[in-house]
Amino acid sequence: MSWEIVVGLECHVQLKTASKIFSPASTQFGAAPNTQAHMIDLALPGVLPVMNREAAACAIRFGLAVGGQIAPRSIFARKNYFYPDLPKGYQISQYETPVVSGGQVMISVDGRQRHIELTRAHLEEDAGKSIHEGIAAIPVGCSGIDLNRAGTPLLEIVSEPVMRSAKEAAAYARALHSLVTWIGICDGNLQEGSFRVDANVSVRLAGQQEFGTRCEIKNLNSFRFLERAIEIEAQRQIELIEDGGRVIQETRLYDPDAEQTRAMRSKEDAHDYRYFPDPDLPPLILEPAWIQEIQSQMPELPGAMRMRLTEQFGLSDYDALMVSATRATADYFFQALDAGRSLGVDPKVIANWIMGDVASSLNRDGLAIEQCRVSAVQLAGLIARIADGTVSNKIGREIFASLWAGEFDSADAAISAKGLQQIQDTGLIAQLVDEVLTANPKMVEELKGGKDKALNALVGQVMKKSQGKANPQQVTDLIRSKI
Amino acid sequence: MELAQWTLDRLAADQTNSVLALRPEATLRQAKAAQQRLDATRPEAAQRERPGFSLLGLPIAHKDIFVTRDWPTTAASKILQGYVSPFDATVVQRLAAAGMVCAGKLNCDEFAMGSGNTHSAFGPVKNPWDPLAVPGGSSGGSAAAVAAGHIPAATGTDTGGSIRQPSAMCGLTGIKPTYGRASRWGMIAYASSLDQAGPIARTALDCAVLLAVMCGFDPKDSTSLQLDDENFAAAINQPFKGAPTNAPLSGLRVGMPKEFFADGLSAEVRSAVEQALTEFKRLGATLCEVSLPRTALSIPAYYVIAPAEASSNLSRFDGVRYGHRATAPSDLLDLYCRSRAEGFGAEVKRRILIGTFVLSHGYYDAYYIQAQRVRRLVAQDFDTAFQGCDLIAGPVAPTVAWDIDQAASDPLREYLADIYTLGVNLAGLPALSMPVGFGSGAGRPRPIGMQLIAPRLNESLLLRAAHHFQSATDWHQKTPEHPGAAR
Repeated sequence: MSWEIVVGLECHVQLKTASKIFSPASTQFGAAPNTQAHMIDLALPGVLPVMNREAAACAIRFGLAVGGQIAPRSIFARKNYFYPDLPKGYQISQYETPVVSGGQVMISVDGRQRHIELTRAHLEEDAGKSIHEGIAAIPVGCSGIDLNRAGTPLLEIVSEPVMRSAKEAAAYARALHSLVTWIGICDGNLQEGSFRVDANVSVRLAGQQEFGTRCEIKNLNSFRFLERAIEIEAQRQIELIEDGGRVIQETRLYDPDAEQTRAMRSKEDAHDYRYFPDPDLPPLILEPAWIQEIQSQMPELPGAMRMRLTEQFGLSDYDALMVSATRATADYFFQALDAGRSLGVDPKVIANWIMGDVASSLNRDGLAIEQCRVSAVQLAGLIARIADGTVSNKIGREIFASLWAGEFDSADAAISAKGLQQIQDTGLIAQLVDEVLTANPKMVEELKGGKDKALNALVGQVMKKSQGKANPQQVTDLIRSKI
Repeated sequence: MELAQWTLDRLAADQTNSVLALRPEATLRQAKAAQQRLDATRPEAAQRERPGFSLLGLPIAHKDIFVTRDWPTTAASKILQGYVSPFDATVVQRLAAAGMVCAGKLNCDEFAMGSGNTHSAFGPVKNPWDPLAVPGGSSGGSAAAVAAGHIPAATGTDTGGSIRQPSAMCGLTGIKPTYGRASRWGMIAYASSLDQAGPIARTALDCAVLLAVMCGFDPKDSTSLQLDDENFAAAINQPFKGAPTNAPLSGLRVGMPKEFFADGLSAEVRSAVEQALTEFKRLGATLCEVSLPRTALSIPAYYVIAPAEASSNLSRFDGVRYGHRATAPSDLLDLYCRSRAEGFGAEVKRRILIGTFVLSHGYYDAYYIQAQRVRRLVAQDFDTAFQGCDLIAGPVAPTVAWDIDQAASDPLREYLADIYTLGVNLAGLPALSMPVGFGSGAGRPRPIGMQLIAPRLNESLLLRAAHHFQSATDWHQKTPEHPGAAR
């Protein structure tokens, strides 16, 4: 039997506002427990919420970025349930009328590009955190509550169930993560929980129209875990059905150590949230003029940038996708481009470096491109020296490594300090060629006999003698002319 | 200082059970500050700053629904016993800024849920006119303390009549402003879309002065109206639209909703209200009949919407962060269940259950959505009625105050007694209650109130009409002979 996996994601994106969605407390991560809990967050008797306009602005930015419908009037509702980290006994969220409906996000999987349709995005407040262990001040058998996170603005982004593999789902999550950081509404910090994903997973026989029963996997905070959790959950469901069982709709948790998903609660114990419009908050009215103003301040979006990279700068589709993978990567590319413009640096070469030595060095040191040890300006200077023939590509990579190590401020400083300029003197190179030819009569004979392999070996020897500073093309030409 | 001490002594000796908390040192500290402000201001300058009336140094007490830093706040519930708020309600803070001296906190129905002040965790309040009678509710402690002569005025809150009805039953004047006029910041929420603060005092003039201080835009309350402060007392003496001074209400059209004078209204209340309307006529007003056809429907609509909001508003009282917590809970569910079961009284539980039910999956459309539709229709009825009149007048409650010992047995009876007041809250309108006579209880007279209702934001007209009435009559000057004393 051939099975098809169906996935839809709900992503909880913490919005990068200075204060909370309904209180003036700071949203800064990492403060001592309950030091950033305003009396509104604590739900003291008599307090009332006041909407943070900045959170609404973030929602507008997102709506514009995905081409969704931005509701001119949306309603906040109360989602009622009891939990110690939910001080009011209800979460303020949007239910019937979300701030954004529809829209789409482009993803690329195995070189194929497709759009993922969105259902909606709505504003809500985050809950606090329950701490069950690891704090000395909490007696055994008790739990601690940290309400610093309570009231942090969230945009919950819900996709249609249109993804057909774990890989697609992970690609979508990455693309969405890139987009929300790109437009500056989220810091994208996965470890701190700024971007959390729930996956709805079901399976069905290939060709079957109706969806299978789905399970929701909660709180996946890494793309790798997301992909793996979906694979494992789909496999579990397939095996269950093939063994004659039935999938029960339930919420499950992924355990990366055990490589399995576990049931958390079934639909039968699902809450009745008793949603109703929050009488403390008037409808959220978004004036067209405000939306217009935000539109005019929007940065170039990844899609438009990809188009420009291919059309204006001659990058391949793949290179354009890589360069625009994150806002920071794109910023790095364009900074290098600006710095290299007067030096005649080729944009394609910049892209190659970013995907090559820059990416591998970042990877090796576990750094993000914002922390790149070779600045875009330094890179441009280096590429210019390769382009004008001052150093070979090979020497260039060595210079890159020394810049990365912080040994020099610029490629030019490295070249002059280490004397790395290519030898421009033809007489000197000719002398080196003669020495090598004299020392290797056997190879010369082979070359004369038509073996081009010998040519490479001879060029290599000359290059070695020149400490890499000869121009390989020039050496090749000289050897050929002397035989 | 002397006035503050005199007030504290009166409240300490209170026989109506209207007082929940006294903190003499806090009261005297405020009185001292007021005296210093008074001493520092030359009378001419004071007159220039605040033409008309000054509240500086006058005592007031607050319904225990308003949170206060210097007095505990319980909402008359065991679940908040001993709770002290880290901040003052906006209304409390505004009155303090005007120089008023807070004398203490006053009893009420638990979380403002009730019409007779018999649902307080700290015991029922007695009506100063007749200790066997309820003072009305839920602001019963406020009305009783003023009627007993302890304080000249008190704050109240009105979700379905809780200022107007106790004012009526205690022979006082009280006003509920347009929804959004007074900030709800610091007012413990019962039903957020209906709750409003207002004063209870002896006269319309007193209410006007107090209301002007209590109302005003507050950025901390998202439902607060963005209006300039309005001095409701400024033009209170003015005749209606150029009417002559001997008939100051000439041209004023007063509508009498026929549904307010139908079956169910007691003869003595009807008679007193009709006599008051005759006085209005004498003052120049013209009377006409209007119709509020959904009056009866306002009861079920209110008793769906208010409990629905209450069930959610009261979820925060869970024993986790403050207030009553059950001892030695076996687990989280036990902590929740026992803390709330022990902390809340019967009427509060009843409304939480009703509210939870009407919001539940499968019942929401039939109850909550339907009630919201009725709410819109009730509001439309008022709009239609105001096309034919400037003010609406009628009774506040169908009867005079009932006996305390009758109260607890029948919740429905209490709900039905709110019939004339609920519609005003559903429509968000301003309305006032003032004394117009007495009925008989078991021997002692029990006051009767008349209600005036105005279109949105027209508090000044309400107060002006009531002031002219009170200038021509003396019902508001009557006081009980032995306030609160047992027979």
